[in-house]
Amino acid sequence: MKTIAIGIAYVLLAPVIGGLLVGLDRIISARMQRRVGPPILQPFYDVFKLLQKKTVVVNRLQNPAIFCHLFFMIATGFLFFEGSDILLILFVLTLSGVFLVLAASASGSPFSHIGAERELLLMTAYEPMVLMMLVGIYKVTDSFHFYAILESAKPLIVYLPGIFVGFLYILTMKLRKSPFDISYSHHAHQELVKGIMSDMSGKSIAMVEIAHWYENVFLLGLVYLFFGFSPALGIVAVILTYVFEILVDNTFARFRWELAFRSAWLVALVLGGGNLIALYALMGGA
Amino acid sequence: MAYFKKSPWLIHYDGSSCNGCDIEVLACLTPLYDVERFGIINTGNPKHADIFLVTGSVNQQNVDIIRNIYNQMPDPKVVIAAGICACSGGIFAECYNVMGGIDKVIPVDVYVQGCAVRPEAIIDGVVKALGILEERYARAKAA
Amino acid sequence: MTALLFLILFPLIPAVLLLAVKHDGARGVITRLAVTVIAGASIGLPWLINADLPVYFSFDAAWADKVMFIIEIFLAGLIFFLGVKYKHYLTSVLITLQFALMAWYEFAFSGTVAIQQHLFLDRLSLIMALIIGVIGGLICVYALGYMRDFHDHHREMPDRRPYFFFVLFVFLSAMFGLVFAGSLVWLFFFWEITTLCSFLLIGYTKTTEATTNAFKALVMNLGGGLAFAGAIVWLAWAGGPLELKTLIASPQAAVMIPVALLCFAGITKSAQMPFSSWLLGAMVAPTPTSALLHSSTMVKAGVYLVLRLAPVLAGSYVGAAVALVGGVTFLLAAFIAISQSNAKKVLAYSTVSNLGLIITCAGVGTAAAVWAGIFLIIFHAVAKSLLFLCVGTLEHRIGSRDIEDMDNILIKMPTLAVMVLIGIGGMFVAPFGMLISKWAAIRAFVHAGPVMSPILILLLAYGSAVTVFFWTKWMAKIMEVSILRTGHDPLEDAISYDERFAHWAHTVLTVGICLAFPLVSSRLVEPYVALVFGQAAGMEAGNLMLTGIMVALILILPAIAFPYQRKAGYVFGTAYMAGLNEYPDRMYDGSLSQRRKATLKNYYLAGIFGEEKFMKVGVLAGTCLLALMLGAALL
Repeated sequence: MKTIAIGIAYVLLAPVIGGLLVGLDRIISARMQRRVGPPILQPFYDVFKLLQKKTVVVNRLQNPAIFCHLFFMIATGFLFFEGSDILLILFVLTLSGVFLVLAASASGSPFSHIGAERELLLMTAYEPMVLMMLVGIYKVTDSFHFYAILESAKPLIVYLPGIFVGFLYILTMKLRKSPFDISYSHHAHQELVKGIMSDMSGKSIAMVEIAHWYENVFLLGLVYLFFGFSPALGIVAVILTYVFEILVDNTFARFRWELAFRSAWLVALVLGGGNLIALYALMGGA
Repeated sequence: MAYFKKSPWLIHYDGSSCNGCDIEVLACLTPLYDVERFGIINTGNPKHADIFLVTGSVNQQNVDIIRNIYNQMPDPKVVIAAGICACSGGIFAECYNVMGGIDKVIPVDVYVQGCAVRPEAIIDGVVKALGILEERYARAKAA
Repeated sequence: MTALLFLILFPLIPAVLLLAVKHDGARGVITRLAVTVIAGASIGLPWLINADLPVYFSFDAAWADKVMFIIEIFLAGLIFFLGVKYKHYLTSVLITLQFALMAWYEFAFSGTVAIQQHLFLDRLSLIMALIIGVIGGLICVYALGYMRDFHDHHREMPDRRPYFFFVLFVFLSAMFGLVFAGSLVWLFFFWEITTLCSFLLIGYTKTTEATTNAFKALVMNLGGGLAFAGAIVWLAWAGGPLELKTLIASPQAAVMIPVALLCFAGITKSAQMPFSSWLLGAMVAPTPTSALLHSSTMVKAGVYLVLRLAPVLAGSYVGAAVALVGGVTFLLAAFIAISQSNAKKVLAYSTVSNLGLIITCAGVGTAAAVWAGIFLIIFHAVAKSLLFLCVGTLEHRIGSRDIEDMDNILIKMPTLAVMVLIGIGGMFVAPFGMLISKWAAIRAFVHAGPVMSPILILLLAYGSAVTVFFWTKWMAKIMEVSILRTGHDPLEDAISYDERFAHWAHTVLTVGICLAFPLVSSRLVEPYVALVFGQAAGMEAGNLMLTGIMVALILILPAIAFPYQRKAGYVFGTAYMAGLNEYPDRMYDGSLSQRRKATLKNYYLAGIFGEEKFMKVGVLAGTCLLALMLGAALL
């Protein structure tokens, strides 16, 4: 029961926290560029404004898909914080991503189409690493459930250093930051116009934006897992990771898609695979 | 309450501009003027934009394009003509290819003169446009 | 036992009838009746048998053995003759060797090794029988409409439909025999009949390409058959056991060599590396063949055998080699599928890939792995068959089987397009069955041992990521719409009722089995696994409930969201084309004032995921691994 309450709290609070995080992101980025930046509530103003615009669609297939994208993204986070099997949750996240790609393809515009293809490339690029991460966590703690993993009090970061670094690499992809923002970048940046979002407007963008907030909180929850044995350390690690990602965003130029794809797979193989092999060698097979 | 004042997204289009006004528009994004303080984002996609900021005048080649971009913007929307070329054709008004200011194609809400238009003037124009935008939204909602 | 014999022998009656009947209407009546009987009997098996599963039957079989041997002589002669006639001499050589081995067995060992359980039914056989009876039956019904269109479109090809349906029903009979056979000798007999049926059906159109591919399939399957025969002779020499049940319960050290040979046979039958090319070549056959033989049933016979042998493979080097063959196939076939735009080839490579995953589960051999493997068989059979049937009908209506031509089918053929979307979703999307099975497989592989686990997890991680790519790409193409609805669907109206019935039945089954998943697990799969391994395997109740909820949601949500849009007051606009004028059907004013059409194509990444490159890698890796497997057996 308690976990369901936490799950519901996630559903209600994650957009607020996620939005604030994005606002913080913009302020920190601005300061790094010697600017002042928008107020911290800016993402909320953006979303409310978007909800007030008329929604223009190309055909009737787009918005149901976007709605499903948002719904399953919320479901992912809810299930995660409610303590369900995180391997299944990974696949629900993939489902959410698939819906976004389908929404973009439905419009039949060249820009959305390329954005959708690149989004697929990104998904293919980061999935091996995430899978290896989940298997690594299971190997160490014998569980796929958030609370059981925390209760085992094992310092995952000590057992899974390679996997953590690999996860940071692909976290940049999931947070849509340079150098991996090849399918859709933050509002101020363009990538083939707006990439996957090129033919969305009004409520559609608002839904995708809110889904992104939910996703941010979920991803930072995954980061917390690595340091969960000490809650204070966990929160510090989450904040530092987020700031680190913002730093990477502002420092690197966008990669070409081939480089992004190949490097992600290479990192997954070396860091993720290497960590797994070492883990099995040291911990034994059963 | 309307949020257009807090989060105006604009799309900038260069008609037949000499690029002088465009550079001034981009200068608004630099740390010196930093329009992101007001939540203004230069989005390249008309479907995401509230404000259509046009520099340069209309010629035969871009008349359809300006109209298309304007039509693809969702309501409510405003148009700002930045620079004297966008307002009336400027010093090129009598060239054989120039049709005139952009109000020959689409309805303009704010005219910002200048050659090149100064960033302060542009920001002023945007603020004025936001007022019009809010009004337009309120009227549409009441209807 | 009568029920089992009935299922094995009954399909021969419609087979012979259909060989004689030339009239399409009569053919339809006979087929539909026969399928109803067969499917009904398969579904009713537990009640017809009316005993606790597993149940074994003895047969006073001396005369049956002799009849089988005579049929074998005839078939061997036929294949030998065909090999010579078409100048594929390797075929003739292989069948001679194989026949020699079986003749040796027949004359030297036939009486010596006691075989008591000729026929049996346990839960795994029941699952396979359901697939053969229901899915196979539906495909036969589908074939009525499809083959009519096929010959309408290809008037230059000889209309040999009586022969086609004859072979289809003989094949069903052979498959039933295969899954009910309790002795290896009988299993082998039915196995070889399925090889022959596959050969005959691939070569149906008698074009050069079809004949070449038919012989390629025949050669590779005969190679597997040779290994199978070798296993039988080895076992007979060693004094047994020739009964499947006893073989599985034997200690590893005693039976490793024949088990390795049997795995070799299973690997060729299910088109694993290095033998995958025969399945790809088989795609020239008409779609019912591809659906029935080369995705739902015959290739499942291969994995079925290896999965049966899983208890013997668990923890052994041979098992590890088998798991690696499966894993490598899973990965490489998925890679190649990215670069294919021919829909049937994508389906074929995906089949090979999924079969690889099942073989991996069998090679790992733990209770959890086998549980996952059985579910992979079930879900793959249904969803892949649905896809093949839909693609076949699609091809006849739009005249192309290229994915790039499948845009706008949501407008031209909405029902069919939605079924294709469900089929594709059923292959890789949570919460459908294939995904759940893959999830169970991952959990099983985590416990596969200190060396095997990381390797298998790596193979699975990359392969799984890649499947998302090529399936979603296809779905995206189907979602692409650039013309307006006209209100009536002439293309869809032209689809025959037989095909429509088969499509609907498959779609309902695809969704229904996902919803009935907990039931199938608790009543069929878990008892089997518990019996064979002595330990329980399965999914936690919470997860089962979750997947059920999600299946319901993933169907309900779009169904609600779609009509809701009418109220939401959306404005319709054109796609963004950088401000260029847009005309209907995506024409635009391009540079130099030329009016052009915008075409969108998917990424195929042929440079990275090329077919030739990875087939070569696959053949090399597969051959090395098989050599390792046979070597490990000798140790």
